[in-house]
Amino acid sequence: MTDQTPPDRDLDGTSDGDGRTLEPWEVFRREKDGDPMRHGGSVMAPDALLAVHYARELYGRRQESVALWVVRRADIHDLADPDLLQPPLDRSFKKPGGYVMRDKLAAARQQSGQAKPKARSGQPKRPTGPAGTADR
Amino acid sequence: MTDPLALDPVLAPQDRARLPFNEADLSHDERFGRFEEHVLAGGKVESTDWMPDEYRQGVLRFVEMHANSELMGVLPEREWIMRAPTLRRKLALTAKVQDEVGHAQLLYRLAEDLGKPREAMFDDLLAGKTKFHNVFHYPTYSWADVGIIAWLVDAAAIVAQQALRDSSYAPYARTMKKICWEESVHIMHGRDVVVTMVTGSAGQRAAIQEALDRWWGPLMQMHGPRSERAKDRDIHWRIKAKTSEELRQEFLTIYVPRIRELGLTIPDADLVLGDATGIWAYGEPDWNELRTVVTNHGPKSEERLAFRRDNRAATQWVRDTILGSPAASPTAAA
Repeated sequence: MTDQTPPDRDLDGTSDGDGRTLEPWEVFRREKDGDPMRHGGSVMAPDALLAVHYARELYGRRQESVALWVVRRADIHDLADPDLLQPPLDRSFKKPGGYVMRDKLAAARQQSGQAKPKARSGQPKRPTGPAGTADR
Repeated sequence: MTDPLALDPVLAPQDRARLPFNEADLSHDERFGRFEEHVLAGGKVESTDWMPDEYRQGVLRFVEMHANSELMGVLPEREWIMRAPTLRRKLALTAKVQDEVGHAQLLYRLAEDLGKPREAMFDDLLAGKTKFHNVFHYPTYSWADVGIIAWLVDAAAIVAQQALRDSSYAPYARTMKKICWEESVHIMHGRDVVVTMVTGSAGQRAAIQEALDRWWGPLMQMHGPRSERAKDRDIHWRIKAKTSEELRQEFLTIYVPRIRELGLTIPDADLVLGDATGIWAYGEPDWNELRTVVTNHGPKSEERLAFRRDNRAATQWVRDTILGSPAASPTAAA
């Protein structure tokens, strides 16, 4: 998946003359097939070719990865504004835990005269977040 | 229970920002106070967060010393790659050296993000302005030294490193998880070398005992003199979690029984576990020796720094090529 062509250099104009500039590249790794890409760390390199080479040395030397992504740090756009990501409003209606109906169910059973169903074994656990986020 | 109409903010605006010290419009003292509160409450800090200079310098100094130690620590072992007794041992030792240099690379990368260029860190290391661990200033005499270093020096180091997986500086904590995983292999390699030799010939057993006698002093000095918890700035900022004495006690608790299990004698007549306290008493380590050695007056300090200087000069062309014109790269030309 790696583009072997060295990317445009010196985008920020910090290099002098023909010289190249080292810059940080973030490394993501997949530990085994089916796993999500997880951030591993970063390397300093002047271009994608060397960044991939360093990433392989530092994050794949021990056969601990089946795939690596290398991304120029400057190309990452981030969002950490709590007003947007953690708005201070009651959002419990968006979560399974926001619906508490124990007392209402008890009242419904009393009304219908039915017993509480037995818990099924192997019932899936109530999800706590989007897939793949539980271990973050 | 949810009332979908309950859209009033449940937090006052001043409580909203998750990391209030990142607010640029606060005064320095307010930011400092909030940062300290955050860290002391067990909060984590990322490289992109605002941090007071006291904290940045503290983490940088700690990480840089760690990186230096990984880089210099391969030199005694490197000397034994060509003398390893079997091909498998040679491969394992080569991999270990490769790992340690890799750890140095990871740690220097963290330090770069804190604001110190890598070349400046090499300058300071080679000029003796920054330090590396005491145990890497000593000579090695036999293959038994390689076993004792890989087993016990790495064990003493991993006791400290495991405590750093909870560091308040999150990039360091994450890196330590990776490093500890790799170090655990080194310990197994070292222990295997030692166990193999103590079950070998009388000469091999004697060589291991001699190596243990040589390394015990530096091992006991390695974590440093006892310090007062309240006065330790690195502990205050939660850069590290444990004092030098806590680390030494932990090392003794795990490794003294494992050393004795092999029939080896620890060269310290005062080493005894307090029945009631669970605390080890030991002969006072030679703190003068520690001070002498870490200020680059150890038996091999100058030689190893000289090796690094020569090596740096000899590999300058590689760094020049990397920073030079892309035409120098054969793949770019293809």
